Amino acid sequence: MIKIRQFIHSFGWPRIIIGLFLLSLFIIAPFVGVKISTSLSDTLIRFGMNGVMVLAMVPMIHSGCGLNFGLPLGIIAGLLGGTLSIQFGFTGGTSFLMAIILATPFGILFGWGYGKLLNRVKGGEMMIATYVGFSSVAFMCMMWLLLPYNHPTMVWGYTGSGLRTTISTEGFYLHALNNFLQFRIGEKFLFPTGMILFFALMAFLVWAFLHTKTGTAMTAVGSNPVFARASGINIDRTRTMSVIMSTWLGAIGILVYQQSFGFIQLYMGPFYMALPAVSAILIGGASVNKASIANVVIGTFLFQGILTMTPSVMNSIIHTDMSEVIRIVVSNGMILYALTRKAEVSR
Amino acid sequence: MSKLRETKGQKLFNVIEKNAVPILFIIICAIGIPFSGYSLNYLGQEIITRIGRNSFLIIALLIPIMAGMGLNFGMTLGAMAGQIGLIFITDWKIGGIPGMILAMIISTPISAILGWMCGKILNMAKGREMVTSYIIGFFINGVYQLIVLYGMGPVIPIKDPALVLPRGYGIRNTVNLIGIRRSMDNVLAIRIFGLSIPVLTLVVIAMLCFFIIWFKKTKLGQDMRAVGQDMEVARAAGIKVEHTRIVSIVISTILAGYGMIIYLQNMGTLNTYNSHMQIGMFSIAALLVGGATVNKASIGNVFLGVTLFHVMFIVSPMAGKNLIGQAQLGEFFRVFVSYGVITLALVLYEIRKRRARYKTGRLLAQDQADMKEVDV
Repeated sequence: MIKIRQFIHSFGWPRIIIGLFLLSLFIIAPFVGVKISTSLSDTLIRFGMNGVMVLAMVPMIHSGCGLNFGLPLGIIAGLLGGTLSIQFGFTGGTSFLMAIILATPFGILFGWGYGKLLNRVKGGEMMIATYVGFSSVAFMCMMWLLLPYNHPTMVWGYTGSGLRTTISTEGFYLHALNNFLQFRIGEKFLFPTGMILFFALMAFLVWAFLHTKTGTAMTAVGSNPVFARASGINIDRTRTMSVIMSTWLGAIGILVYQQSFGFIQLYMGPFYMALPAVSAILIGGASVNKASIANVVIGTFLFQGILTMTPSVMNSIIHTDMSEVIRIVVSNGMILYALTRKAEVSR
Repeated sequence: MSKLRETKGQKLFNVIEKNAVPILFIIICAIGIPFSGYSLNYLGQEIITRIGRNSFLIIALLIPIMAGMGLNFGMTLGAMAGQIGLIFITDWKIGGIPGMILAMIISTPISAILGWMCGKILNMAKGREMVTSYIIGFFINGVYQLIVLYGMGPVIPIKDPALVLPRGYGIRNTVNLIGIRRSMDNVLAIRIFGLSIPVLTLVVIAMLCFFIIWFKKTKLGQDMRAVGQDMEVARAAGIKVEHTRIVSIVISTILAGYGMIIYLQNMGTLNTYNSHMQIGMFSIAALLVGGATVNKASIGNVFLGVTLFHVMFIVSPMAGKNLIGQAQLGEFFRVFVSYGVITLALVLYEIRKRRARYKTGRLLAQDQADMKEVDV
């Protein structure tokens, strides 16, 4: 009994409620005519789409920079990579690879500047990160209009300049990962092997990095800066490096998202993309200053599971689509819960 | 305590740095106004309208700043309460000033409960109030949507079919507030030099300003300032810190509710699912443009901020069109500036906090050096 109570305490009530909620959705689903195989397949696809962006939270949480509300900055690096790759005329699978390569310098550059900024505002990172994300998205809105793109599939037809709000990735990197080694079980269940493998690769890289000397130093900076300084770790440099990693992962994350989703969303598209990623990792059991790869996997699966299951199941039961409201309440409720936990704040 | 000796250059730098944001905005406005091609008369009218429309909301932010809780991003809670009040009076077809007062009466308990809840949560997240209040805004927005989009109709009776979505429940995306449109602005409105001035609205705002000035001098106001200065010292002095903080948020939320009603009576239409989300950002940006910081804001900041921010807001689309040939660019520019100014103000606040610590250190070093000289 005590063990159960300890488990509940360490795992946190909100996570248990969310887990049970998802479980009940899966149990109800067959009775209201929703196919489990389709839902599971959708959940897996959405897991792959969002996994890397959730992974982008890990390095910054480790180095004590808090939740990466500035994810839109990384996303912008990814958008630049994607659009440039199309602009330079790459097609098919190559365009995906090139998008990653082209996004990398932007990710590093933005991450470096963002990291330097966050080093000057220690203690107030999260609020500033949020607004760095917002203002960079707003700034890029102007840039998408002004930058000299001229590839006919991307610019507005009647003026010939200025990028469109949504650009199709068809013919470029649409399903570049999804279709790799994809297989089917039964009629409805599709397993997006390539995308899951790519996520696994990224997760492994982050995991391996966190176990190198630099990675351990990062964790030390996050858990006890005074101790880290005493043992000769350059705190600011380590923090900047973690921010660069987070930003770069955000850039890769959005590219993975786009190749499955089918569209590049520019302008205000990346505006609120940080919140789902933040709440996903928190649902997985992470806190403001502690996160692991397992948190990412569990959290993304639970969060995306709820997102895929609620519309279909709720629609069949009460003929109303309340999924949007549930999404807002669940994701923000989870962030609030994490922000208000005292024990972890003082650690 | 002795003063830190600084060169004239350092002093000038400090003055500029302290007022960086307003100076930047004066420059932007000075460039933008001629390029927009608007007449001064038009601009003057717009500014007066917008002062009447927005000031009340921005003043609502002052009290939590006084209590050291930073910018109250949770003011959206009050805005939502105000909107619920407006939906009811529109349904009951009570217009004019009585309608507005009734909407305020309805919004008060809702704001108070939401504010109390917000204060409780913020007490659990000391040191990160801003980001928490920001997320609370999103969270309650979900609950608001649940009530307004699904609850209004089946659970909460709404009779007017013009309010309800065609599917039979939930409120429409835009609600026409024809009953109370400009009802407050038009009372006692006078014209001076071709500018129409909404006297009653301005009188109400002036009364709120006097209330804030008076409030600062009361026992509660003094307690709040003490809590804002140092929570531990305040606690040692016997002030109920948690309670004081909750009260400050409750007052702010209730005022934000009233402010939203005044704002919407001027606009005349309610965007049921959008109005409240934008208003928090614009109010905070305007206050910061006026030179306020996260821990210090005055009524002067409010009016300077409203004027500068809205001049920028009015002129930038036209200036963008005339300068580069794209009005859309100007629109993106003003969105960027709104977010950019909040970012800048937050960053400057954190940097200043660090510099203040560094200054204290230098002061100590200077004192010790002076003492040594005396010894010699």
